[in-house]
Amino acid sequence: MSADSTAAPLIEAERLTKRYVVGRTIMPGSGRALQAVDGVSLTVRPKETLGLVGESGCGKSTLGRCLTRLHDIDDGTLRFEGVDITKSSRRELRPFRRRMQMIFQDPSASLNPRRRVGDLIAEPLHVHAIRSRADIPARLKELMELVGLPAAYLERYPHEFSGGQRQRIGIARALAMEPSLIVADEPVSALDVSIQAQIVNLFMELRERLSLTYIFIAHDLAVVRHVSTRTAVMYLGSIVETGPTDLVFDRPAHPYTEALLSAIPVPRARGAGPRERIILKGDLPSPLDPPAGCKFSTRCPFVSERCRSERPQLRPLPDGRSVACHFPRQASQDVSTHLRASNGKVLVEHRTSIASISAAFGRKLRHCAL
Amino acid sequence: MNAASETPAPLLDVAGLTVSFATERALVPAVRDVSFKVGQGEIVCIVGESGSGKTVSLLSILGLTDRRNTKIEGSVIFRGRRLLELPEWEMRQIRGREIGFISQNPMTALTPVHTIGWQIEEQIRVHLNLSRAAARRRAAELLDEVGLPNPTKALGLYPHQLSGGMRQRAVIAMALSCNPSLLVADEPTTALDVTVQAQVLELLRRLRLDFGLSIILVTHDMGVVGEMADRVMVMYAGRVVERALTDVIFEDPWHPYTWGLLASIPPLHGERPVRLASIPGTPPVLTALPKGCGFAPRCRFRFEPCAETPPQQEDGEHTALCFIDPSSRPRLREQILNPSSVQAA
Repeated sequence: MSADSTAAPLIEAERLTKRYVVGRTIMPGSGRALQAVDGVSLTVRPKETLGLVGESGCGKSTLGRCLTRLHDIDDGTLRFEGVDITKSSRRELRPFRRRMQMIFQDPSASLNPRRRVGDLIAEPLHVHAIRSRADIPARLKELMELVGLPAAYLERYPHEFSGGQRQRIGIARALAMEPSLIVADEPVSALDVSIQAQIVNLFMELRERLSLTYIFIAHDLAVVRHVSTRTAVMYLGSIVETGPTDLVFDRPAHPYTEALLSAIPVPRARGAGPRERIILKGDLPSPLDPPAGCKFSTRCPFVSERCRSERPQLRPLPDGRSVACHFPRQASQDVSTHLRASNGKVLVEHRTSIASISAAFGRKLRHCAL
Repeated sequence: MNAASETPAPLLDVAGLTVSFATERALVPAVRDVSFKVGQGEIVCIVGESGSGKTVSLLSILGLTDRRNTKIEGSVIFRGRRLLELPEWEMRQIRGREIGFISQNPMTALTPVHTIGWQIEEQIRVHLNLSRAAARRRAAELLDEVGLPNPTKALGLYPHQLSGGMRQRAVIAMALSCNPSLLVADEPTTALDVTVQAQVLELLRRLRLDFGLSIILVTHDMGVVGEMADRVMVMYAGRVVERALTDVIFEDPWHPYTWGLLASIPPLHGERPVRLASIPGTPPVLTALPKGCGFAPRCRFRFEPCAETPPQQEDGEHTALCFIDPSSRPRLREQILNPSSVQAA
C-alpha cells in the first residue's frame, strides 16, 4: 500500500513555531524564549507514514504535540483535512480530537492503575458518544482482537500486563476513536528488542487493515526506516532533511543525517572490514542559544564560512526531497566541484568510501537476512 | 582481536555463578550457572533482554548485592583472589581501585550536591595516598583523557550543569581514576543519543588500546556488540544460552534465541522486510521458570526433549544450551533469519 501523492493532505503545517519561556520570574519581561519548534512546514497525506527522527531535545515530541494541538501553537498555521485549526478553541477542536489520536512512549504512565482495561478503553467511547451503550462491549472485544489481546483481559488491571501488552492497550484505546491520523511518540523505545518487533509489526498490520496515517516519532533510525514512507530529520527545532525514506537513508543529503546514520552501531561480524564513520564532536548546542547561521554549523565536519553567517532554508532537491544545507551532499556535479574547489577534496573522497562501505554492509546484511 | 585465551590465567574467571534472591515465598533464581573468562585487554559483551540476569551477574561479581537476602554460589577469581570469599573491607579496596564500574544512568553514580572535581578527588584520595592538590591535578588529567572540553573548569561544575554525554564521561573518568585493570559497564550508552553513544564507545575502545583495559560490557543492543565485543555471551532467563567470538555469533549463531534477537532488528540498509521476525510471547517470570529449557515456551522449534534441561553443545569456544542437532541447525536457522529464501526454495 503506498500513499497517494496527489491526494489532499490530511494534515498540513506551515512555518509552525512553538516557544517556551524559561526562567520567567515575577518581573515583567523576564525569561528567555526557547524556540522548541522553529518554523516547521510539513504535509502528511492520507495513508502515508511520516517518520520524525532526531536526538533528544530536537523538538520532535513538541512538534508531535503541536500537530495534535495538545500544545498551543505560537506562530504559523495548521490545517487538518483542509480546516484551519491553528487557533481553534477546545470546543471547536473536539470533533477533530477523535480523528487524531496519540500513542505515548510509556504506556503505564497513560493508563490509570485503578481502572480495569475495559473501562479505560470504553471511556473515550462514552465521552465522544461514538457507540450506543449497548454496542460498547462488542466494540471492546473487536478492539482487543485488533491489537492481539484476548478479550478476557478486559477485566484486568494495567499492572497485570507486561510493557508490550500495555502498549497494545494504549493502541487499542487510540483506535477506539476510529482516527484517521495517529501520532505515535516513541511507541517502542521502552520495550525490549523482541517485543519491539512485535509492536512494530502490529503498527504495520493496523495501517493496512484500517488505512491509517501515522506520524511516527522515534530516535531509533532503524525502526523509523522500517515503518515510514517518508522521513523528516530534525535538529534543534528545525527539519534539516525530509524526503522518501529510502532516499534519505541510502543517500543522505544533509551532513547531520549522514552523521546520525553513521553513528548507529551495526550488528554484524567484523570480517566485513573496519567501518568509516563521522563522529560528531561535542554536544547539541543549547536550544536557548542556537548558533547563528546554520544550526548544525558548530558540529558539522564540513562547515564553511557561509554556514556560520547565513541560515540555510529547507529547499527542494531535484530527486524529490528537501534539505536545509548550503552544500547538500552528492546532490549534483557542481556542488561536488564546489566542494573540491574549497576545502572539500578530502571530504568527497571520504564520502565515496562511506558509500562503498555501506553498499558492502547492505550485501552482508542481506546475506544473513537481518 | 587480541583474545588472550592462550595466556594461562585470565584476569577474571567466573565459574558456575548462581545467584538467588530470597523473597517472602521462595528463593528466586536470577542467575544460573554462569561461567566466563575475561582476558587482558579483552572486551566481553553480555547481551539479553531485561530480566535476563545480566546486571545481577555483574553486581554479584562486584559484591554489590545485599548479603542478607542474596545467595551466591560458584567462584569468581580476579587476579588469583577469590572475590566471593573476601570480607567486605577487602572488596572495598578492589572495587573502584582495581575494578571500575560504570552504571547505565550516570546520575545514580554522581551526587548532585558536590562538584565533579570533588567527587573524582574523593575517589582518588580514598584509594591512593595522594595530597588534595595532586588528586585535583589527576582529576583534571582524567577529565581531559575522557574528552571533556576545558577540564579544569569542568572540575568546578555540578552534575546538573553537564549534558548526559558529559556526565557519562565524568563517570568513566571516575571509574578510571585508580587505573583499574577491569572496567565493568552496565548499559553505559543506553541513556545516550546515538551520536553521543558513538563518542563514548569510541572512547572505551581507545582506553582499551591505550591502557590494555579489559571491559565487561552489558548491553541489549546487538549493534553495540558488533562494534565492541571480542566475545559475546547471550543470556536468557538467568542462563548463558550461547557464548562465542563476536564474528561467530553473527555468522554462525546456534541458539534459537540468538536467531530471534538478530532477526528482530530492522535493517538499516538493503530491502525492508514486510514483517520483522519477532519472538512471540514475553520473557518468563523468574518465580515461575519452566522446567527444562527457559526459552522453550517462545521457541518455534521446541520438541519433546525441551522439557528437560538442555545439554551444552560445544565447539572450541563456541557453546550453546540447546537440543537442536548440529545437522538440522542451518536449515532451522534459515527459517528465522532468511524466511524469504526458504519460501522460494
